[in-house]
Amino acid sequence: MRAILEGSKAVAEAVRMCRPNLVCAYPITPQTHIVEELSHMVADGRLEAGFVLAESEFGAASIVLGGSVVGGRAYTATSSQGLLLMVEVIFNIAGLRLPVVMTCANRAVSAPINIWNDQQDAVSIRDSGWIQLYVEDNQEAVDTHIQAFRIAEELMIPVMVCMDGYVLTHTMEPVDIPEQEEVDRFLPPYRPKYRLDPDDPFTMGAMVGPDAYMETRYHVHMDMMEARSVIQRVADDYAQAFGRHHGGLVETYDLEGADVVLVSMGSLLGTMREAVDELRKEGLKVGILKVRCFRPFPKEAIHDALQGIEVVGVIEKDISLGLEGTLCSEMRAAFCGEESPNISSFIMGLGGRDITVEEIKQVARDLASNPACRVEFRGLKEELLRGDEG
Amino acid sequence: MMSEETRKVINLLEPGHTGCAGCGQAIAARLVLKAAGPRVIVANATGCLEVYTTTYPRSSWEVPWIHSLFENAAAVAAGMEVTLKAMGRYEGIKIIAQAGDGGTADIGMGCISGMFERGHDILYVCYDNEGYMNTGYQRSGLTPPGARTTTSPPGRFSYGNRTRKKNMPMIAVAHGVPYVATATVSEPRDLMRKVQKALEIQGPKYLHILVPCVPGWGYESELTVELARLAVETNLFPIFEVENGVITKVKKPKETRPVEDYLRPQRRFAHLFQPGGEKVLEEIRRIAEENSRLEPGPARLFGPSLPE
Repeated sequence: MRAILEGSKAVAEAVRMCRPNLVCAYPITPQTHIVEELSHMVADGRLEAGFVLAESEFGAASIVLGGSVVGGRAYTATSSQGLLLMVEVIFNIAGLRLPVVMTCANRAVSAPINIWNDQQDAVSIRDSGWIQLYVEDNQEAVDTHIQAFRIAEELMIPVMVCMDGYVLTHTMEPVDIPEQEEVDRFLPPYRPKYRLDPDDPFTMGAMVGPDAYMETRYHVHMDMMEARSVIQRVADDYAQAFGRHHGGLVETYDLEGADVVLVSMGSLLGTMREAVDELRKEGLKVGILKVRCFRPFPKEAIHDALQGIEVVGVIEKDISLGLEGTLCSEMRAAFCGEESPNISSFIMGLGGRDITVEEIKQVARDLASNPACRVEFRGLKEELLRGDEG
Repeated sequence: MMSEETRKVINLLEPGHTGCAGCGQAIAARLVLKAAGPRVIVANATGCLEVYTTTYPRSSWEVPWIHSLFENAAAVAAGMEVTLKAMGRYEGIKIIAQAGDGGTADIGMGCISGMFERGHDILYVCYDNEGYMNTGYQRSGLTPPGARTTTSPPGRFSYGNRTRKKNMPMIAVAHGVPYVATATVSEPRDLMRKVQKALEIQGPKYLHILVPCVPGWGYESELTVELARLAVETNLFPIFEVENGVITKVKKPKETRPVEDYLRPQRRFAHLFQPGGEKVLEEIRRIAEENSRLEPGPARLFGPSLPE
């Protein structure tokens, strides 16, 4: 069914069709519309799931953890401060190997408080053991949520689908919503590998000392590495079933003969595609690498995609304060011990500042004329930096 | 796997764990499960009970049991209950959330309040040993006045802990929790009866159990049950039940003992018997006196007014 839907409603439709046993969340802008829509579905009987309005995001994450340990398919959604309040549980869910799926409606992190989009929230918890998939548009958001449950349940690793707050969550776009029977075929009922059950009692969450802790972390790491092939395979299977492919780990655009390659995650890719089309017409050979999967980090896919490329600019809406953009740092790791392209970090769009086609084109032009590695903020207001205002 | 028949007769919290000799909490937790039976799922907070029963690769639990975090046992239990109901698998299962006094009255309060307010069908058990004993006897919101802990030490300007015990049972009552009760390990039958009664009631239930702690309180390990009895007989730990907002039962000591009988055997109160300790002892006597006036009837906040 093709419909013009707000991103949040489209995601709620996708989640509904995945037949979760438990939906639990706490409201936070800009995640609210997703949870509101799911609430309507429960109220109307369109969604038959356990539904809990938690007392906090910390509680919400703990409640989906509880739903998952008894063998339920569990879903939650949050943003920004909410994600940070969940952090202790986020690590716990991953360590307990529970296949929870979460939407992160990406938003800047306080202080200063700011409700608009950037990706600092999800990027900041990259080490938690959750798979992180960043989507470019609302169609990809729908398709990725359906894939997320399959990936999570196959690997017993939680998946976070990251979609830019407002830019996607509050934007109407034509979206193809699959039929329920198609989703059922693609996503069979969850068959947990283990669950708490009085008929077969066992202990979860035991105290593990120095004699065995490292091995448990090693297992999670190795399974996260393995997840790369699963994510790719599930995306390919999805394309076969539904005819849409958004990339598995990464996606490339116009890389052929590119002198400069721009890299990013999420909704900015749409604007970048437009910028690159114009630049190509203007005679500058620029390509794009879209990083769809941020954790596990697709080192090999990035390495292979950028073979022969000499200049790379990573445009990202997050910063590891005191270093550079996080994706940029990690891109460099893909070339460890080899000749690496010059990879520069461009910090843009923090706290919802617009990133225009022209600004992206300027980054590419500047890199073409000066390929040196550097870290730059773009789009800063000089008058505010000088303290002329306020 | 052990058959259900076998699991009915054995201890569902098995011996062989690494709890201290004389641990009041281990006694209480064993009694709670004995009363509840094998058809339970337990969500346990971080704390002594979790550490000494599940040191990998061993576990003392003969029931499905999870430890997630310090402050979320109530929320994890809530997620289990809602999900099992949604999946049609809840029939015949009871869910217990359990934590110590810190995991309940301090760090876990938000999740507990949410669980109470939403009315989940869960028995929440607080094992109150009046401090953060797992981390080395620090003060909690349930540490009594005058008690020495490692973060409320007596000194030139201090007679130990300055604050009263937070009134957790009444906080539960204020949420509209249909069954709230207190118990202690000196009365195992009373404790087990309350667990069984609680599990018959739909909705949230709160059971607050005083569990003496040998190293934290500083007494000889054979005195655990005796101290629990003295806490009741001195009126420092009132034993009562509240059903739908009405106090239905208060256990009155046959003979009221002076608070010193309870305080003296414990090293945590030793400084109160030094010069200057009398003022705190006086406050403790006031608390006992106030508790002694607890009577059946509509539940209202009891206990002395806050210190000046």
